Amino acid sequence: MKEIVVISGKGGTGKTSVCAALAHIKANELVLADCDVDAADLHLIFQPKVHKDEPFFSGVKALVDPALCSNCGKCAQVCRFDAVRQDEDAHFVDLLDCEGCGYCALICPANAITMPKQKVGRVFGSEARTGTPMAHARLDIGADNSGKLVTKVKSDSKALATEHSRELILVDGSPGIGCPVIASLSGADLALLVTEPSISGLEDLKRVCELGSKFDLKMACVINKTDINPRIATEIRNTMKQRNIPILMELPYSNDFSEAISLGQTLTEYNASQWQALFEQLWEKILKEI
Amino acid sequence: MTTKMRVAITSGKGGTGKTTLAVNLAHYLAKKHDTLLADLDVEEPNCHVFIKGKLQQKEVAKRMVPGWNIRACSMCGKCITWCRFNSLIRLGNTILVLPELCHSCYLCSELCPDAALPMQAFPLGKLSRIKDGELDFLEARMEIGVEQASPLIGQALDYADKHFPGKEFQLLDSPPGTSCSMIAATKTADFAILVTEPTPFGLHDLSLAVETLRQLQIPIAVVINRSGANDGIIEEYCSREDIPIWSKIPHLRKIAGLYSEGQLLFEQVPELQQSLDEIIAKLEELS
Repeated sequence: MKEIVVISGKGGTGKTSVCAALAHIKANELVLADCDVDAADLHLIFQPKVHKDEPFFSGVKALVDPALCSNCGKCAQVCRFDAVRQDEDAHFVDLLDCEGCGYCALICPANAITMPKQKVGRVFGSEARTGTPMAHARLDIGADNSGKLVTKVKSDSKALATEHSRELILVDGSPGIGCPVIASLSGADLALLVTEPSISGLEDLKRVCELGSKFDLKMACVINKTDINPRIATEIRNTMKQRNIPILMELPYSNDFSEAISLGQTLTEYNASQWQALFEQLWEKILKEI
Repeated sequence: MTTKMRVAITSGKGGTGKTTLAVNLAHYLAKKHDTLLADLDVEEPNCHVFIKGKLQQKEVAKRMVPGWNIRACSMCGKCITWCRFNSLIRLGNTILVLPELCHSCYLCSELCPDAALPMQAFPLGKLSRIKDGELDFLEARMEIGVEQASPLIGQALDYADKHFPGKEFQLLDSPPGTSCSMIAATKTADFAILVTEPTPFGLHDLSLAVETLRQLQIPIAVVINRSGANDGIIEEYCSREDIPIWSKIPHLRKIAGLYSEGQLLFEQVPELQQSLDEIIAKLEELS
């Protein structure tokens, strides 16, 4: 079983559109995983029929039992996150600030603090309208542990692949270089970097490449909107060459990206004559890389 | 003197034009008001591309994590059972500290019966600054491989208050999304401007960001970027949710080209200048 993770560093480069087009043309071959959990959008295009919908628990947070609390304030003294507030009769914990370290619970002389598990989101096992098995999730508002939720979506997608005897998992990763991205990339067979020729796009691409190298990942690149700035497009080509990262495809700037999204379609559905052959080619090249 | 108004600029979806608005608004606002722009999108900070001059690194932002003192440790193993982040591991007769996983809660360090886990500094990223014309600029940039963005964001905000007191406006280019780093950057703001685009992705991610900011009880307004024939989906949502739309920036390919070169837009795109005037008028009303 192989795993291809599409990431971008910078937002808005067309990562999800590329991912969706590939998922559409290879609908019968792969499993789709949306690991961009705090702004998951693939379901807007693939209108999945949800078969499994489960709450996801990860991490703990402090909870003060006001009936037991003697209001001594020791919890507030040890808390490094300023998460403990005081009422007239008892202390209480602001869940948005609590990191769940358990220091307060450990030292509370009245044993008034417990550390219950937190629900941080929901995970879904679904079938996309194209028939593709799909794992996705929704992070609760303000929840921590997005990395853990990503890991859960990835393991669910593997289970779906086994269940449906599919050999390939296509993962829509999250932007940035922090914990959810690192979780998306762990165990990937190929990271497909979608970039655009802007100074910001190039800079973010370099940071993502460094992250990838740190984890010894195999990478390949797609330049989107390649005609927006020929000078920087050349710079991206040179940078990729120096790093031995192949550029699999260059795509032109096109309003089709936003038009297709507006209709809830993939690029290959919206304008097949323009995009179908290009994405078929891209897929062949991806397969060669893995 | 404290800052008069701290305004976070954020978006649910990445790539909607949040940084474009932040840098242009900051430069334009600085012509009239004493302004600081802080780039808190620490994983991929891009504001500096639109700031003239070379940033001067001022500080390596650090976080305190425990270091293991082999001579003091009696190997009682309490630290390992206490740590809820699995950042302490026992390997044979060694305690290994994994700083990426540590949340700097000090529990192990302060309660270790042997005082064998003194806290020590671990680098998180860099704080740099520069003055470009009238505008003061601060950037927080995360080290690659560091997982947690929030501690660095917190330190950047402290730095901003300490070193740039009395600003009329602090504009914060905040991370996209709705997770902990976005919250760390927006939770102390007096107001948040949400930049969105008129697509179903833009709308969906906007609604998540709105829910998040409402939970933080931060008042909000929306700016529609790449505005055009499909604005209706955002307008309907905002009217239903009673969220003011402060401005619309038209969808012009010219903007993509200028942006790609790191150029400021308001001098060359009159439509954008008009948007900035509208936004600044609203900000002045609030402050």
